[in-house]
Amino acid sequence: MTGTVRVSEVTKTYGRLTAVRDASFTLGQGELVALIGHNGAGKTTLMKLMLGLIRPTSGSIEVLGDNPAAGEFAGRRQLGYLPENVSFDPALTGRETQAFYARLKREPVAKALELLDAVGLGAASRRRVNTYSKGMRQRLGLAQALLGHPRVLLLDEPTTGLDPELRQTFYDIIARLAAGGATVLLSSHALTELEERAGRVIIMNRGIKVADGSIDELRRLARLPTRIRLRVAGLAPSELPGWAPKDATCRRLNGHIVEIDAAPERKIELLHRATAAGNSVEDVDVVPPTLDELYAHFLRQSEQAP
Amino acid sequence: MNVLIIAAKEIHQAIRNRWVLAATLLLAGLALSLTFLGSAPTGNVGVRALDVVIVSLSSLTIFLVPLIALLISHDAVVGEMERGTMLLLLSYPVARWQVLLGKFLGHLAVLGFATCLGYGAAAGALAATGSDIDSDSLLAFAAMVGSSVLLGAAFVAIGYLVSALVRDRGTAAGICIGLWLLLVLIYDMALLGVLALDQGRSISATVLNALLLSNPTDAYRLINLTGFANVSTFAGMAGLAQSTSLTIPVLLAALLCWTLLPLGLAALAFSRREL
Repeated sequence: MTGTVRVSEVTKTYGRLTAVRDASFTLGQGELVALIGHNGAGKTTLMKLMLGLIRPTSGSIEVLGDNPAAGEFAGRRQLGYLPENVSFDPALTGRETQAFYARLKREPVAKALELLDAVGLGAASRRRVNTYSKGMRQRLGLAQALLGHPRVLLLDEPTTGLDPELRQTFYDIIARLAAGGATVLLSSHALTELEERAGRVIIMNRGIKVADGSIDELRRLARLPTRIRLRVAGLAPSELPGWAPKDATCRRLNGHIVEIDAAPERKIELLHRATAAGNSVEDVDVVPPTLDELYAHFLRQSEQAP
Repeated sequence: MNVLIIAAKEIHQAIRNRWVLAATLLLAGLALSLTFLGSAPTGNVGVRALDVVIVSLSSLTIFLVPLIALLISHDAVVGEMERGTMLLLLSYPVARWQVLLGKFLGHLAVLGFATCLGYGAAAGALAATGSDIDSDSLLAFAAMVGSSVLLGAAFVAIGYLVSALVRDRGTAAGICIGLWLLLVLIYDMALLGVLALDQGRSISATVLNALLLSNPTDAYRLINLTGFANVSTFAGMAGLAQSTSLTIPVLLAALLCWTLLPLGLAALAFSRREL
């Protein structure tokens, strides 16, 4: 795996505020990485550092072979960026804006304009940007970020303001790019969307990287219980089935459903027990901890650790 | 290449925002009214009309061109940062100095176009109404238009420097208005007052020259009102023209310094800025 973005021991302080503290990670080709954390956790700061818009207080960064802090920008032809709350010059039309950015990246303008159709801007691209809604600006933002087959894509809250249909298209596009070897780093609050798509998750809290790995790795680390939901026939409203383990938390959810919090390694054992009990079990659902829960867990953990 | 792409976009935007139209109409309107109303007191006998126009237009330039230049330049850096467009632009493969230089060329083209067309209209109108225009006057007129553009360039550069240094647009606008008042109005009055009080005791000719060169509008004034013999007679500056040792190349160099120095400092300030 070749690293396209290398962040080593980077700290960035603004006066007394530390926006990023001692963060290190390497992003490889073809990785789709979700950067999550609440507002002010340092996500945007990290992206700005990778772009050389701000310089690290200490530590070093390398993006596509450039050191952005030293003003090197040769690699930026292969880099796409979508800022949070993207804005454009209001007097120009969508097409003019896209053509301008295409020229800066030395991309053929005709091909760049096709991207406008790909993001569904279509007819609106001939209107001035100041008539655009938030969603349309976001589409134009995506179109410019996708210019010139980027090898690194930095997307700051890319799906805010997009309708569900375009979200789907958007994730399809970036999945295709990642499959083609591009590194995609995207920050988002929409954790449920990322869960199925991101191959790797980096969780930031108050400028500190608190977790980094695939969702499965994070699940193993977090040791959060998997919830097993069983629909059981013929139980009294508050009664628990006889086979239910004494050492795991069991709950009744409503008339028929029993929920058991199972430690990861006891999942199978519990399922065996339930099915061994005969045909009173009518249905079963196994819910592994969601990204939401993992996120909350790592956040709690980092808050408790001094 | 990047510089030209950015310059082209600035020009495009200025046309779209009607900056070009507004500046051209303003300059042409004032130039035409000065040409025809301004010749009323001198009459049309024995005076070469174009020379009179040069005197009145250069006085107009001193007030108006710096104002227009500062208006279009004061928000070049800080305004784009506030609107958020700079963030995206700087994520592209362009150096910050290229952004600044591109904007400068674009703004200068807008200003140059408005000045040439606006003032050219005045000269054209004179020629069309049958005034005699000889080649000396024409040369002086061309020099006036050229140096007006150079004066505009100096103030565009000064506007950028302010824009690259301050935190918000309001501050940039305030400082630019202050600079305009200082350089265009207050400086000369203060200089005059000091000279009158001093009675030539401690302020030597060298000091006076230095004081005149340290204000771009004075350098501009001297180029146009004393640089050409036939013009300086009408400007009432013939006396000064004979006594000053500031030649046109020196004055032009001063204006050029007033352009390049602020532009360089603006590029330096911009390159260190975080956003």
